[in-house]
Amino acid sequence: MRLEPRTQVPLALAIAAPASAIVLALLLAAIPLLWAEVSVLEAYGLIFKGALGSRFAVTETLARATPLIFTGLAAAVAFRAKLWNIGAEGQLYLGALTAAAVGTGAVTLPGFAMIPLVLIVGALAGALLMLIPTILKLRLGVDEVVTTLLLNFVVLLFVSMMIEGPMKDPMGMGWPQSEPIVEAATLPKLVARTRVHAGLILAILAGIAVWIMMQRTTWGFEARAVGASPAAARFAGMPVPRVMIRVGLISGALAGLAGVGEVAGLKGYLTLDLSPGFGYSGIVVAMLAQLNALAVIVAALFVAIVFVGADFMSRAIGVSNYLANLVVATSLLTMLLASLATRYRLRWR
Amino acid sequence: MEIVEILFTVSFWAAATRIATPLIFGTLGELICERAGVLNLGIEGIMTAGAMAGWMAVYQGADLWTGVVFAFAIGMIFGFIHGLFTVPLGLSQHVTGLGLTLLATSLAYFTYRMILPDVPSPPRIEAFQPFAIPILSEIPFIGPALFKQTALTYLAFVSVAVVGLVLYKTPLGLALRAVGENPAAAEAQGIDVYVMRIGAVMIGSGFMAIGGAFLTMSAFNAFFFEMIAGRGWICIALVVFASWRPGKALLGALLFGAFDAFQVRLQQALGGDIPYQIFLMLPYAFSILALIVMSRRAAYPKALMVPYRKGER
Amino acid sequence: MKDNRAPEDFVLRLRGITKRFGALLANDAIDLELRRGAILALLGENGAGKTTLMNILFGHYLADRGEVLVAGLGGGLAPLRAGSPSAALDAGIGMVHQHFTLADNLSAFENIILGTQSLFRPWLDRGSARRKLEKLMAGSGLNVDLDAAVGVLSVGERQRIEILKALYRGARILILDEPTAVLTPQEAERLFETLRRLVAQGLSIVFISHKLAEVMAVSQRVVVLRKGKVVADLATAETDAAHLAETMVGRAIPKTVRTAMAPGAVILELDKVRVAGVHGRPALKDASLSLRAHEILGIAGVSGNGQVALSNLICGLQAPEGGAVSLHGQAVALGSPAGMVAAGVGRIPEDRLHDGVVGDMAVWENLALEDYRKPAFSRASFLRRDAARAHARQSIEDFDVRCPGPEAATRLLSGGNVQKLILARVLTRAPMVILANQPSRGLDIGAVTEVHRRLLDARARGAGIILISEDLDELLALSDRVAVLHRGVLSASMATEEVTIRQLGLMMAGHDRQEPAHDAA
Repeated sequence: MRLEPRTQVPLALAIAAPASAIVLALLLAAIPLLWAEVSVLEAYGLIFKGALGSRFAVTETLARATPLIFTGLAAAVAFRAKLWNIGAEGQLYLGALTAAAVGTGAVTLPGFAMIPLVLIVGALAGALLMLIPTILKLRLGVDEVVTTLLLNFVVLLFVSMMIEGPMKDPMGMGWPQSEPIVEAATLPKLVARTRVHAGLILAILAGIAVWIMMQRTTWGFEARAVGASPAAARFAGMPVPRVMIRVGLISGALAGLAGVGEVAGLKGYLTLDLSPGFGYSGIVVAMLAQLNALAVIVAALFVAIVFVGADFMSRAIGVSNYLANLVVATSLLTMLLASLATRYRLRWR
Repeated sequence: MEIVEILFTVSFWAAATRIATPLIFGTLGELICERAGVLNLGIEGIMTAGAMAGWMAVYQGADLWTGVVFAFAIGMIFGFIHGLFTVPLGLSQHVTGLGLTLLATSLAYFTYRMILPDVPSPPRIEAFQPFAIPILSEIPFIGPALFKQTALTYLAFVSVAVVGLVLYKTPLGLALRAVGENPAAAEAQGIDVYVMRIGAVMIGSGFMAIGGAFLTMSAFNAFFFEMIAGRGWICIALVVFASWRPGKALLGALLFGAFDAFQVRLQQALGGDIPYQIFLMLPYAFSILALIVMSRRAAYPKALMVPYRKGER
Repeated sequence: MKDNRAPEDFVLRLRGITKRFGALLANDAIDLELRRGAILALLGENGAGKTTLMNILFGHYLADRGEVLVAGLGGGLAPLRAGSPSAALDAGIGMVHQHFTLADNLSAFENIILGTQSLFRPWLDRGSARRKLEKLMAGSGLNVDLDAAVGVLSVGERQRIEILKALYRGARILILDEPTAVLTPQEAERLFETLRRLVAQGLSIVFISHKLAEVMAVSQRVVVLRKGKVVADLATAETDAAHLAETMVGRAIPKTVRTAMAPGAVILELDKVRVAGVHGRPALKDASLSLRAHEILGIAGVSGNGQVALSNLICGLQAPEGGAVSLHGQAVALGSPAGMVAAGVGRIPEDRLHDGVVGDMAVWENLALEDYRKPAFSRASFLRRDAARAHARQSIEDFDVRCPGPEAATRLLSGGNVQKLILARVLTRAPMVILANQPSRGLDIGAVTEVHRRLLDARARGAGIILISEDLDELLALSDRVAVLHRGVLSASMATEEVTIRQLGLMMAGHDRQEPAHDAA
């Protein structure tokens, strides 16, 4: 068996590959469902219904997709330049923390200035956090995978310290959570009495902006070249360290924005269960999208459907909602296989 | 008690050894994978799966050693998936590893919930008990610190020695070192690079799983969600710290264990004045620091993370 | 040597070997026979299919059709299991690849015994292995320091380890792929002597080469490959170099003609430049040179003697630790590739796939790789993609880059076309200084001729060119002056007309030009 590089990728294959990856993941995830002795069709029907079956379900899915678009973009931008930012979870929390710090009364401005302010400080916090591993990588050759992963734990402990300490809500009945953010800093709802908020619009705009940057600008050109071949990029005269730092800052900022959205748009205050692993799911989103920023929006929707739907299914028939994580993890692995199929042809001799 | 005096108590070093044990297994496992040229970021998930599998086997009535073997086998299965994806298929070791961590973790949690849908608190098992090794445990200070532990800790020590001997004194170890440095050199000498690499990842992943199982079968005696808490990632840092050498890996893990144990004592001594989270951050910060210190002169296996395709050079 | 032995004296027979890579027919029904105790030369230019054939023989590749027969210890020919290097090794075939296959983290000894003992053996047997090896070294005259880490050894020593590896395994057939490419002429001569001695001891050798002189010197039979086919199979004694050359290329070889040209003003000057190497030792020691317009300065040397440092310096990849570099009489910002490009230096890297192009990007993107920030290719940080594509189409036409179009992925181009792409990128800008590092390595004759023509055109236009090459014929054909690098020391340059290959070879081995007497036979 060997792999032979394809000279061109037919459009049909480029579309069929991710689709079949998702189908394969759903088929594999049927195994645990069979084990749980539930009807596979019923379970998937419930997932679909729970995620898309009603107006409310759709708004829930969109709300869930919002942070996933941001973290998916964060991973897609960084991975394209082969900067392995696995720290989106930490950057998300630090973004949320600064948004909460600024938005709970530290500064009072009218709404038109307050919302941009929390967005900017949140993005900045995420960006600066990612700056640390990027610089360690460039200056000292420290592998960024491990540093970003470890920093996630440090940030989470830091957030815990802050909301049990200086930022603790005195009215929170002893729960470790921040004070609610002020009205002026709250992102407006897109649909009244639901959880979809303006963050979704921002996320989609961010997706378009990232796509334009990567495909149409010199920054994207540099990032793609550095990712595909650092040696050739350096030889050609590209400022490789500067490109890496820029990519790291953008990636961290996007992850930080995910945190701002959750605090200022969805929850209204900061807790330690703000993110059920959005940072890690973002990696799956990015890979499902083959690192294409526009496709990230679609992939985030898919992952959101799985999560929201699985919650619903879990309540309805009592199968653990960890099934959602299983489907998502499996689809990442099947997507990897699909990406292989688009690049290589399998020869059996 | 004076803080520094802690360092000279037997109980402190006994605790450090206990904390180090899962890290010894994990670091050794990762080291084997990386020596063959494969980064295994599945470690965090494989440790979780091992912790669950070993514990669950015993909870379902198996004896302790059967549980350990079961955990090892589960680790090997995940290792096989990682090996299959990254070696003959040459897929990204980063992404496959992270995907495997997500898969193994969610599979462990799902399985736990499937078998025990509504237990209020994590049930406990009759776990490994500490026992003293005759003669060795009578060495002053070192004896009671290192040799009044549970069987799994002794297994960790033995594993370090065995892996070290295999790596440097056997034909197999020679082949493994060559495969991670220059796979073309190994293949030109008739060694099957794919088989070596997949095999190494499977064995290494088995060790990782035992590292996880130590937590549920020798330390906490129960399975909790998120109980691995980044230990897998710390192991990856320790491999760099150890320069890919088993002896130094043992040393690094013990050092880390001592640091972690010290942090706990410090927290007890200074509790109240400083938020406890600061202390909990220290092990992670320490790992990053170790990486910073050692990365500069790290001699990576040259073929680490480079997929090998037969007949391409 | 008398050749009156029976047909069963063949130790190796290839029958109808056919191998296709996509559209390329690399091997087309190849037949080949090797006699016991003979040296067979496999001659062909780059891309003729020699290496593919040997990789099939050694089991790295599977042939689409055809079979390999190898003589067992008893003598009869038996089919060899395809696609398995270990089967080839067991059948007594040893291969010395062009790119050595040694693990740098192991000692010479460990590299040799690697894979020779069962992997399930509980203990590595060093003692008896060592005794056997020492006997072997004494018998063959191949001496190496067994305990040295391979990473620090010279090219010649590494090659000896490779041959010892094969002999240690009891190889009866030895395949050498372009073994002299990295050696000095004298080292090559020493290698031939060793080979003759080994053949006398009963070894059979396949010697792969594209150099006519050494094929004539060392072989009894020669098989010529062209475009994957055997085009000649004859006794060496019955042919001559000129005939072989024509058979190999299939037409008269275009001769590179360098017309005399008066050198112009000095454009690049290095004065006592020191460049750091790996373990703190300088890779380039107080190197001085001056390059004039209308001039090609050739740099000879065995690889690993400072070529990388010199190339890195001029490419802007490495800043010197000391000394001065001036371009057109002015100091220049060093250690910045972009700075060098801006200063008008054109750079053709040694490893074109690694440093020269981004394989996963399109041809047009690679053509804009050095210039994308210029107004021609970008405005307000946005790429002018149409302009860049149009430029690429022009370059593809001007430099005859064979590819489906500007959108094609660069990794799919052949080596020769990648090099043409790089030439297009570099020369379109009409640089005054050009660094060409191994510009024709691994290319077929058509592409080599094209590279040479482009370099000579640039010289005629007024550029000064530094040509680093391991191919002494190429150096002497193209260069106006030649200098030699040995252990980081750059010799004074000599007019090409005043040096011989033999002299260069001695200087490459570290002898002074003036007094090579003690070595001369």
